[in-house]
Amino acid sequence: MIAININKKLHGSSGAMLLEVDLHIKEGDFVALAGESGSGKTTLLRILAGLEEAKGTIKVADEVWQDTKTCLKPQSRGIGFVFQDYALFPNMTIEENLLFVAKDKALASHLLELTGLDSLKNRLPNILSGGQQQRVSLCRALMNRPKVLLMDEPLSALDPAMRTKLQHEILALHKEFGTTTIMVSHDPSEIYRLAGRVVVLNHGSIIKDGTPKEVLLQTSGSQKFTFEGELLDLLQAGVVNIAVVSIGQQLVEVVITQSQAKSLVLGQRVRVSTKAFAPILTQE
Amino acid sequence: MLEALMNLEFEPFILSFKLAGITTLILFTLALPLAWYLSQSKSKSKPFLEALTALPIVLPPSVLGFYILVVLSHNSPVGAFFDEYFGIKMVFNFTGLVVASCFYSLPFMVQPLQGGFESLNKNMLEASYIAGKSKLETIFRVALPNMKPALLTAIIITFAHTVGEFGVVLMVGGSIEGETKVASVAIYEMVEIMDYSTAHLYSAIMVIISFLVLFGVYWYNHGQNRKIGRF
Repeated sequence: MIAININKKLHGSSGAMLLEVDLHIKEGDFVALAGESGSGKTTLLRILAGLEEAKGTIKVADEVWQDTKTCLKPQSRGIGFVFQDYALFPNMTIEENLLFVAKDKALASHLLELTGLDSLKNRLPNILSGGQQQRVSLCRALMNRPKVLLMDEPLSALDPAMRTKLQHEILALHKEFGTTTIMVSHDPSEIYRLAGRVVVLNHGSIIKDGTPKEVLLQTSGSQKFTFEGELLDLLQAGVVNIAVVSIGQQLVEVVITQSQAKSLVLGQRVRVSTKAFAPILTQE
Repeated sequence: MLEALMNLEFEPFILSFKLAGITTLILFTLALPLAWYLSQSKSKSKPFLEALTALPIVLPPSVLGFYILVVLSHNSPVGAFFDEYFGIKMVFNFTGLVVASCFYSLPFMVQPLQGGFESLNKNMLEASYIAGKSKLETIFRVALPNMKPALLTAIIITFAHTVGEFGVVLMVGGSIEGETKVASVAIYEMVEIMDYSTAHLYSAIMVIISFLVLFGVYWYNHGQNRKIGRF
């Protein structure tokens, strides 16, 4: 069990705000931290790692990481941390990067084998692709067999195909090592695939907390499905008004009424949903 | 010409390089923690410390030399303390030169090291802390190996700058044969007594050595940058 009750004044791009989080996480859970940028997700992760100071208490199992009297240094927390920019040591080979954390050759070669990096273990990090570097970073974070694994947008710099691959590896490693994993992520499909619980932060406070299904699936009432997107263009084809909406990586056209066309502004966030409708799923 | 070269007194050069070597060694030890502190500090005292460190760059060497002379002479408490308790006289001898050079060359060691530390990926250092490594171990195993060009620049420029100093040396050390008469002072004296041919020879040696040292640094840094893929 991780019990977090912290607060910290932040001076972000949107002015001063108070990060105030009271959160309990079960051992072995996979929790995703979501929310707009500047909402305090990364700061919360760094406070957990001991890289930033905050007021309040953090307890992990029966160990006190932080309270009014003590504040464990990052060196003593025994965590694993995966950075968005990998943060590998360029002067060390892949294997040395892992052994730097703990001189456990067996574990290092086991991890490198699991992630398919075995043949590259004597190379320096800068020749690897982004996906490979992040794998190394993930392996390195697990070298001290951490109870808690923290990941700060680990996959956001990678292309979609590589992301999916690494998501499977992250999940497999999370299960094998039995870590309590907390991951900052923006990607709903990633959160859905990996996490058992989503905590959404906004302006430093938790606004939603639940299973990915509860938090992320946004259909309500009689709506059958809903997509959020950005209004890109408003077209007129004869008497019909058409809105072009970007949803994820796709563009769709939606017929709208004349009055809607007048009230909509380009660039606006819109929701495309439908009712009483039987979608047909065809295989690609 | 060849004869002049054969009869050349090499002692001033040896003295210059000995002084530069010892100064570089002492400064490296002292400047490393200072540069690290400055690179990581968000404290309000940082600009004050930075200005103090950079002072020897802008001060005329005579001003620096004058103050060092005043502080180290046996009439001052500092000079008297060293004389009384350690039996060390601090002015007009080699020890005085080393102390003066350390002040004079301090910014040339601190600034490249500080720049090197600041250019490192902060997350990389944090990854080392999270891996359980202390700050000291992180500095020696992660930070320094990943800033070799800055490290080399700091060491070589400090060394070269100490070899090239003149005003401070003259103020604090005078020109005592085999003790404080370094190459730059020797050249000055030869010009004074209008021995231009020896002055030429000494100067040419200085130019050649200095160029080779600098060329070596830039050549190495170029290679390092290519190796880590900066260009």
